Amino acid sequence: MSFLKEIYKFILVRKKFWLIPILLALLIFGGLFVITQGTAVAPFVYTIF
Amino acid sequence: MSYVLGISAFYHDSAAALIKDGQILSAAQEERFTRKKHDSNYPYNAIEFVLSHAKIKLSDVNHIVFYEKPFLKFERLLETYVAFAPRGFQSFSKAMPIWLKEKLFQKKMILDFLKKHDKNFKDEKKILFSEHHLSHAASAFYPSPFNEAIVLTADGVGEWATTTVAVCRENKIEIKKELHFPHSLGLLYSAFTYYTGFKVNSGEYKLMGLAPYGKPKYVDIILKDLIDLKDDGTFILNQKYFNYSTGLTMTNDKFNLLFGAKRRNPDKEQITQFHMDIASSIQHVTEKVMLMLAKSLRDEYQIKNLCLAGGVALNCVANGKILKQKIFDNIWIQPAAGDAGGSLGAALAYWHIDLGKIRKEINLDNMQGSYLGSEYSNEDIKIKFDEIGAKYQKINDDTLLEKTVNDITEGKAIGWFQGRMEFGPRALGNRSILGDPRSENMQKNLNLKVKFRESFRPFAPSVLREDVNDWFELNTESPYMLLVADVKKEKIIELNEEQKKLFGIDLLNIKRSEIPAVTHVDYSARIQTVTRETNEKYYNLISKFKEKTNCPILVNTSFNIRGEPIVNSPEDAFRCFMGTDLDTLVVGNFYLRKVDQDNNLKTDYINKFELD
Repeated sequence: MSFLKEIYKFILVRKKFWLIPILLALLIFGGLFVITQGTAVAPFVYTIF
Repeated sequence: MSYVLGISAFYHDSAAALIKDGQILSAAQEERFTRKKHDSNYPYNAIEFVLSHAKIKLSDVNHIVFYEKPFLKFERLLETYVAFAPRGFQSFSKAMPIWLKEKLFQKKMILDFLKKHDKNFKDEKKILFSEHHLSHAASAFYPSPFNEAIVLTADGVGEWATTTVAVCRENKIEIKKELHFPHSLGLLYSAFTYYTGFKVNSGEYKLMGLAPYGKPKYVDIILKDLIDLKDDGTFILNQKYFNYSTGLTMTNDKFNLLFGAKRRNPDKEQITQFHMDIASSIQHVTEKVMLMLAKSLRDEYQIKNLCLAGGVALNCVANGKILKQKIFDNIWIQPAAGDAGGSLGAALAYWHIDLGKIRKEINLDNMQGSYLGSEYSNEDIKIKFDEIGAKYQKINDDTLLEKTVNDITEGKAIGWFQGRMEFGPRALGNRSILGDPRSENMQKNLNLKVKFRESFRPFAPSVLREDVNDWFELNTESPYMLLVADVKKEKIIELNEEQKKLFGIDLLNIKRSEIPAVTHVDYSARIQTVTRETNEKYYNLISKFKEKTNCPILVNTSFNIRGEPIVNSPEDAFRCFMGTDLDTLVVGNFYLRKVDQDNNLKTDYINKFELD
């Protein structure tokens, strides 16, 4: 719950409301996708995150 | 008493730093403990070290500050993918699982990790987040000797910012302007690091070291096609040639076409004059950008002091140029300028900005020489060496210095391990390999037989502060080896006509000065000035060497081999000693000669560490 509260506050501060549908879709579908996966490993030469 | 713990992790160079009532107590990188270079994992060992050094438990810490804001970073990722869509789907599909599984929930993740130190730790409210470039700025300003300064931070990327300008006074940092991703000087340099076949985020030093062997032939192409550089030093990168925003590599085919060659494959291809010219060109452009930024900031704010941090601040050649042009009266550079230093900055930013605490003392060096890491008493060292079966002599300081200097003058390579470990990427005389700078073969021998790395890579001199101007075109403090200056004209040996015709790597074999081991092919040197106040034992060693040779300089390179983190413990030092052609090891008051050691203790060392 605290995560949802924090991300809600973050969106309010940043005022980037257009990100909400993308974020929701990612959290729902991506979340399911991730749960079924193993460890996430980055194959990047240089991760920008 | 109030403790603030700063943490940097999950990107590269994890580290922990602890401050008490605003004073820096300790700081260390996780890589030193795990022996994994640039370790990005949660810095469990580094945190354990800073807590045990202060003799406190996690519950005694009042605030725990992470060095960047994950939500803001995620916002940048999403916006970037949207902006470039449908390009970047592959990158998106690789990045999202990591974020949705772990990185987005970093607060909980950190809380879970913290429980490993103390299973009863539940105080989520103690966990706070700083901004990446604010952490860098704080790490550069608060330990500096200035009450007022411009802080310029530049690196690959943090959340959005890649370059930040802040005006800092007393305990306040006011961010004035920022350049945002994907326009990044750090990523531009890294793109060329990648293109020349070096490992991104660790090979940048090699590129900088390679630059003096080449000619800046490609500067015009870079300035015309890759970077739109404005008069004030701000810039836009032409994303047509880069792949880092949406792909899995740094550069793309158009970049290859622009320079007329594919990226060098380090497993199959040697470094050629082309790569040296490329290195020279990007170094030239980087210096140009930094100089223009510095000049415009001086003009705009009329503040005489400059602080630097962020990975680009480790480009000591560019730093030296800013100093040489006297754009600012004084410059101070955070020695842990990369992300590791963000841990310290995060803690300091919270203390001074969020809690509003004043800076109590503004000393010449609140970083304490960057000697903020672990240390071992003679008793600890003896126990460790007895366990290993090392053969040693325990001798007093005077004899130790005498014997060590004698070895150095005989051309031997010395592993020198004293006091507290350095924080940041440079060894500053406590975890160092030392040699005679007057020796013609030292650079080649140290590179090939001790460090097992490319012969072109230069070594740095440690010089007594009071003698620096007799040997180098520098007359200021450079305690962190972050300024490059030329060797004095009178110490240089002019090339003969034959030698003048040489270029590239052939230049390496020419004796260029009275101190050839630390004189790069362009007659420059990456200088560390040493004072008695900052490091007495090291100062005494160099003074003793001066007494015998009239040369107040030693070769100082980090105590490790290529791809290995700098040694942390006496055992690490002994393993490195036995796995390389080091002749002598000095740890505390223990003096060890290679010839006395049991050959069975030798290990296959070189293959333990990946090429960087």
